Amino acid sequence: MKFIALIVVSLTGALLLYGTAEFPDWGDPSSPASLHVSNYYIEKTYEETHAPNFVTAVVTDYRGFDTMFETAVIFCAGLGCFLLLRDFTGKKEHFYRHIPTGVILHVKNGKKKLTTGKEFEYMDKDWVPHDLINKTVCRILIPFIQIYALYVVAHGDYSPGGGFQGGVIFGSSLILFAISYDLQTLVERIKEKILGILAATGVLIYAGIAAICMPMGGNFIDYGKLAPLLPAGSHVRALGMLGVEIGVGIAVMAIMAIIYINIVSEGRHDEGL
Amino acid sequence: MHWPIDLIILTFVIFCAIAAITVRDLLATAILFGAYSFLMCLLWTVMGAVDVAFTEASVGAGVSTVFFVAAIFRTSRRSRD
Repeated sequence: MKFIALIVVSLTGALLLYGTAEFPDWGDPSSPASLHVSNYYIEKTYEETHAPNFVTAVVTDYRGFDTMFETAVIFCAGLGCFLLLRDFTGKKEHFYRHIPTGVILHVKNGKKKLTTGKEFEYMDKDWVPHDLINKTVCRILIPFIQIYALYVVAHGDYSPGGGFQGGVIFGSSLILFAISYDLQTLVERIKEKILGILAATGVLIYAGIAAICMPMGGNFIDYGKLAPLLPAGSHVRALGMLGVEIGVGIAVMAIMAIIYINIVSEGRHDEGL
Repeated sequence: MHWPIDLIILTFVIFCAIAAITVRDLLATAILFGAYSFLMCLLWTVMGAVDVAFTEASVGAGVSTVFFVAAIFRTSRRSRD
């Protein structure tokens, strides 16, 4: 059976490779893709939108619908993860470490929770390792990662990157926090409810900015019509893109955290990596 | 004159892909996928698609590897086929 599968896969691969022979060369100026719309974007984007990075301009302005529904897809992924995995039956037993002595407490009655802080800290049953160096390094590193993420979001229309990448980087800083400290620490800092609200808010910001253009007399996602709302002389379309990018960034950040927390703790939000 | 870099990276990509489907340890597969994504990111950069490379680096090599590792942590590390 495996042999037949190998033959089928090889034949399909050979067919696909044969098909690529007809493709235009890389960077060929006379290829169909770069004959029609590409030239328009390259020549007119800066004039029309004042966004130096015209990839962002194409993604969030000219092709804004695509990005909006992409954000909606990401939102649905987070929602699906939540609906499939979330488990509200809390665990009865908890483990705590007494920090000064290193003694481990096993609390069997789940109702009572120790207050963690200088004296006690959570401990996972499945993932015991605990390393001061890791914690310290990550504590120093995480703010820089987050500032870099904000930089990426804010410079979406100037340099490579944008809301999606910035949001992913911010979300991964939260994941790093959960890995280096404890899942419970993250869940206590950022409540599940807040993450859910942030995810929905991000999508709403995008759809909202796009929809505001309609009562202003334009089409959906026609940022040019937002001019009366903004100070005179500002690059309206670039600012519209920035707002949209911020929405995407918030949504993606929250959803990455939701997916990670739900997967790693099997939906119980108590312990994980 | 960057075609040799192209070819070298492509060779590594193919090695990573083959290794990822032959290795039986799923954790190793996750890491190999991360390496694969990173090499693809280098390839996009060589081709001048910096935005795509950025996405590949942050999503492909970063977060999705973490999701794979998290899923393996909660399931089993050995594949049965």
